[in-house]
Amino acid sequence: MEGGATYVSDLGNLKATELRLGLPGTDAPEKPTPENPRGSKRALLEANEEFRGKSKSPEADPNGQEAAPMAKAQVVGWPPIRSYRKNSFQARKAEAEGAGLLVKVSMDGAPYLRKIDLKVYKGYKELGEALENLFKCFSLGELSGMEGCNGSEYAITYEDKDGDWMLVGDVPWEMFISSCKRLRIMTGSEARGMRSSP
Amino acid sequence: MTYFPEEVVEHIFDFLGSHRDRNAVSTVCKAWYGVERLSRRSVFVGNCYAVRPERVVARFPGVRSLSVKGKPHFADFNLVPDDWGGFALPWIEAFARGGLGLEELRLKRMVVSDESLELLARSFPSFKVLVLISCEGFSTDGLAAIATHCRVLRELDLQENEVEDCGPRWLSCFPDSCTSLVSLNFACLKGEVNAAALERLVARCPNIRTLRLNRAVSVDSLSKILARAPHLVDLGTGSFTIDHHAEAYHRLINNFTKCKSLKSLSGFWDASPRCLPAVYPICGNLTGLNLSYAPAIQGADLIKLIRLCLKLQRLWVLDCIGDKGLAVVASTCKELQELRVFPSDVCGVGTAAVTEEGLVAISSGCPKLNSLLYFCHQMTNAALVTVAKNCPHFTRFRLCILDPGKPDPVTNQPLDEGFGAIVQSCKDLRRLSLSGLLTDQVFLYIGMYAECLEMLSIAFAGDSDKGMVYVLNGCKNLRKLEIRDSPFGDAALLEDVGKYETMRSLWMSSCYVTLKGCKTLAAKMPRLNVEVINERDESDEMEENPSDLRRVEKMYVYRTVAGPRNDAPDFVWML
Repeated sequence: MEGGATYVSDLGNLKATELRLGLPGTDAPEKPTPENPRGSKRALLEANEEFRGKSKSPEADPNGQEAAPMAKAQVVGWPPIRSYRKNSFQARKAEAEGAGLLVKVSMDGAPYLRKIDLKVYKGYKELGEALENLFKCFSLGELSGMEGCNGSEYAITYEDKDGDWMLVGDVPWEMFISSCKRLRIMTGSEARGMRSSP
Repeated sequence: MTYFPEEVVEHIFDFLGSHRDRNAVSTVCKAWYGVERLSRRSVFVGNCYAVRPERVVARFPGVRSLSVKGKPHFADFNLVPDDWGGFALPWIEAFARGGLGLEELRLKRMVVSDESLELLARSFPSFKVLVLISCEGFSTDGLAAIATHCRVLRELDLQENEVEDCGPRWLSCFPDSCTSLVSLNFACLKGEVNAAALERLVARCPNIRTLRLNRAVSVDSLSKILARAPHLVDLGTGSFTIDHHAEAYHRLINNFTKCKSLKSLSGFWDASPRCLPAVYPICGNLTGLNLSYAPAIQGADLIKLIRLCLKLQRLWVLDCIGDKGLAVVASTCKELQELRVFPSDVCGVGTAAVTEEGLVAISSGCPKLNSLLYFCHQMTNAALVTVAKNCPHFTRFRLCILDPGKPDPVTNQPLDEGFGAIVQSCKDLRRLSLSGLLTDQVFLYIGMYAECLEMLSIAFAGDSDKGMVYVLNGCKNLRKLEIRDSPFGDAALLEDVGKYETMRSLWMSSCYVTLKGCKTLAAKMPRLNVEVINERDESDEMEENPSDLRRVEKMYVYRTVAGPRNDAPDFVWML
């Protein structure tokens, strides 16, 4: 198959929650390549063929190997378990581990979102630093929406329980993490608007 | 037979139980067609797009029971995009407009809206049975409509559906006059339930025999319910989490003991091992046990429980039972017919939980085994050969080795011989799912030996087109073929195009089939719908004018008398 994403990240897919630092647009993880690359169908078929000592079958894709193998291979729809079952386990796992508060973080202009655990941070400063680290590969400079710093073009906002977008930093930390549903790093004029409102 | 009056012919037809038999007699002659269609009470539509609802209504005006299936099987594993189709509404509308006296509706893998449920509830005063399996698109408000308007409702069975929670009021919508419930299964609902309303409902339905509670129902509530309904045959326990020292716990044991008719248990969502002894009193009567949603029950506790279940016929467990646990099942459950072992770690990586040893043990201890779903980390040819010899009665054999394309770890060989032994030995095999490292050889065996095979699932298997051709040529009873990530291309697809009219459907994803191949098939076979499903994003330039040589991501082919469907979303191309 040419190009395109063969494996689409979806709701039941744990990959969405996995923190991996990497250049935008690739799935290459920092970890070393495992022995059994399972990241793409082609890689898989070729691995099979190598294993059996055959030469490449004439129908092999002319593009050759392309997708970087993933350390924790997540093939869509494999193993073949109904989403209902998968979801009921994941929900339980999250509860059981008291697994913090996972929220999505989007940044205007970034090709993909990240997910962070709010319970891991002690306060706004740590959160700010973490967000900076997460998105620093986009060379976006200093993030600061919290101390109302001027000169920066970004504002960190969050969606609260009522569905409103609020500027991060106004309420006490504990109250913030209990009402934060997701984070969004706003850019440009929208950001300036947010910060200048009383 | 033309000198028999119609009533007599009709009476004879009454003895024909299966849909296939009735379909067959209807083709004998016009007279029989006429008698059959007017006397048909139950219709099964295996693919909702194979025939238009209006046509079913017109042909069978006396139908009381309808079953319809929607999405292809691989939709269970997220391979079919959400908006693909499979809507229930057209069916309900057609039956309502046709003024039919629908009493039973069973839907699987369909999109059911609240609107459809409301229409259903209001249109059929004798409506008795609603079974929804793996459906989505509705909320508890739809259920409220059913509860409110279906005065003689007997069964409300919700299995593994995605249901939006709009609060607990739906259960309170069953009027006080509703006393007809025999079966109520709401285990898949995620939200809270009004405990008092539930207890009252159970109390006023003296015929209730199946009750599957959801996770929100507390043990306290369960206890009260058991006290009110000691004639229950099938129970889904709810959360089953309780302090085993508390008085409530002792009440629970007492109430369980009174349930002499209990044959089937499921649920145990949050059960901790300490609570299990509450069910010990009834284990000896159990024929069905589903612990596959109870990851906290492992090892020794599981084994203790199973040792008491001497009459077990159906067992669903997680792989944390281990090979040792399966050996205990083998020595205890001599009546076992169906076994499903699910992976507890859905990522597929982790410590080995069950292997070929567990399966071999089961096969030697449980000779009546005929249905298997087994997720494991590895399998050997030797084990499969042994299993085939021990259990020649398999009708359903689904093996999933978690690591795709994994060979026999002892010999490093593909698993062709092992699966070959299975199909050769199990002459009644109707359903087969393959996994592990497999070459074209396994398909040769399947084509040669699997005469009764109706459904075959293939993933990451085969070397060339020959594999698929062996299957298409050999399996004369094949109805459903689903293939993913295997090197089968246009040559295989087009080898015998007439074959697909003898089958319900063919699914191929991430294979080597090209757009050209699909178009050729569509052109040759007007009575097939050839759907190409593309989930490309807008940045893909090829989307506008795709080259015919481009490989197709997902293809779904099915026979139909309804022509191309008109509700297909943008990303589905009807060729």
